[in-house]
Amino acid sequence: MSVVRARGLRKSYGGAEVVAGLDLELRRGECFGLLGPNGAGKTTTLRMLLGLTAPDAGSIEVLGRPVPGQAREARVRVGVVPQVDNLDPDFTVRENLLVYGRYFGMSRREVEARVPALLEFAALEGRAASRIQALSGGMKRRLVLARALVNDPDLVFLDEPTTGLDPQARHLMWERLRLLLRQGKSILLTTHFMDEAERLCDRLAIIDHGRLLAEGAPHALIAEHVEPEVVEVYGEGVEAWYAAHAGPLSRRAELHGETAFCYTDAAAPLVASLAGEARLRFVHRRANLEDLFLKLTGREMRE
Amino acid sequence: MSAALRALASRRWVAVWRRNYLVWRKLAAESVAGNIVDPLFYLLGFGLGFGAMIPEVDGVRYIAFLAGGTVCYTTMLSASFESLYSGFARMHVQRTWEGILNAPVSLEDVVLAEWTWAASKSLLSGTAVLLVATALGLGQSWTMLLIVPLAFLIGLAFSGMGLVMTALAKSYDFFTYWFTLVLTPQMMLCGVFFPLANMPPWLQALASALPLSHAVALGRPLFLGRWPADPLLHVAVLAAYGLAGFALALALFRRRLLS
Repeated sequence: MSVVRARGLRKSYGGAEVVAGLDLELRRGECFGLLGPNGAGKTTTLRMLLGLTAPDAGSIEVLGRPVPGQAREARVRVGVVPQVDNLDPDFTVRENLLVYGRYFGMSRREVEARVPALLEFAALEGRAASRIQALSGGMKRRLVLARALVNDPDLVFLDEPTTGLDPQARHLMWERLRLLLRQGKSILLTTHFMDEAERLCDRLAIIDHGRLLAEGAPHALIAEHVEPEVVEVYGEGVEAWYAAHAGPLSRRAELHGETAFCYTDAAAPLVASLAGEARLRFVHRRANLEDLFLKLTGREMRE
Repeated sequence: MSAALRALASRRWVAVWRRNYLVWRKLAAESVAGNIVDPLFYLLGFGLGFGAMIPEVDGVRYIAFLAGGTVCYTTMLSASFESLYSGFARMHVQRTWEGILNAPVSLEDVVLAEWTWAASKSLLSGTAVLLVATALGLGQSWTMLLIVPLAFLIGLAFSGMGLVMTALAKSYDFFTYWFTLVLTPQMMLCGVFFPLANMPPWLQALASALPLSHAVALGRPLFLGRWPADPLLHVAVLAAYGLAGFALALALFRRRLLS
């Protein structure tokens, strides 16, 4: 059973195709990650799924409703955590929840009944009367999440939910998102943090230039596209070592700046070749989602 | 416009209007104080000081003549400030609209709420001027009460046009044009401070096209206990400015926010 189904989505702005034939499917109860470099089309895709931008071509269904035709009805059962906090600075924590509930047609009593649980969920107990300016970045982010849950949605869209948060605040956010999944909610998440996607997502899609590059469970995708072991070598003289050893001892190797990335099935010969190199440092690790992401989307900077 | 009519019927816009009202209520004391003190000193200073040099205008004391115009331009200004500066803050700076649009609320609901909220601010400030004028013993006729709904209509006219500017604005600076090129000239040309009849014909013709002239043509007689000439014409012109502004603003907001 899918909660989001998009087929052949296309969207151009001024001749530039931002989303170029994208298919997406989000199953009930899963956390689905939408990953891609800046400008890959993530936010435009989210806006189309919410019915805030009409696609040039393609079809969208969210919670069984055609979008944008019945986007408003679909949004009754959706919660959204936007990329940039847009809490009401003139209201307290509690008033933010009360006012937002009104937009869903909820009565004051209905929202008031939910406020204590929402504040507890957001770890903001005792903060009900606080002004927004008095909250830390992590607290604001969690309040935005609580606000997105005011209507008890079946599906939650999160656009870069932990950008700008410190590690403690990120871990708390992740814990809360897992709690939502245990409650049976479905999550669609965009993020730049590969560790975040690897931890949270049941499945994910990597997109670039508005096209789908890969889709599947994180570990299956890594196994499918990237060699299992990685040796990163850096330090003075890395170029010479790279020229002599990296090619023959790796399945695939790249030199970027002052770091050599060597991808291999068995790292022992690479590590052995580094034994006599006192000036070089290295890290031997398992391949991760970032390796996959960089392999598919390249290493050039996106502005 | 059909989407706007559906939005009106759905009443979801009321939640957005209410949001603005709740914010206003937090700062109501300061706001009401300004609404009262501003016209009070205006009328006292200008009306008495300037009025001392003028025996009578239109058969009444200058200060009473001025009060009838003041109520109109005050409502013009309050709807304009609300739809331009506060509206821009909510749309762009604070991203309040973005949050609202993620809920099951449409852009039509939001713009309808902004339009009527700015007109509500006009109603409040217009009523405050009436109270001040009454306290000064200037207006005594029951026809004054009709200025309360008139203030709302004037508010709709100017917030409709103001929202067009908000939909086009890149920053607050843009609004300076609207104030200096559109609103200030109307204050000077539309009969707020002196009778239009004293102006040269070409200036009168220009003034008759401007919405504030029609507001004053209704507001001043009602304030002085007289029945305005051609009331339906003036109401229709104000409504037309408001509706045209609203429709154009909505189209521009759609292009800006939903493309």
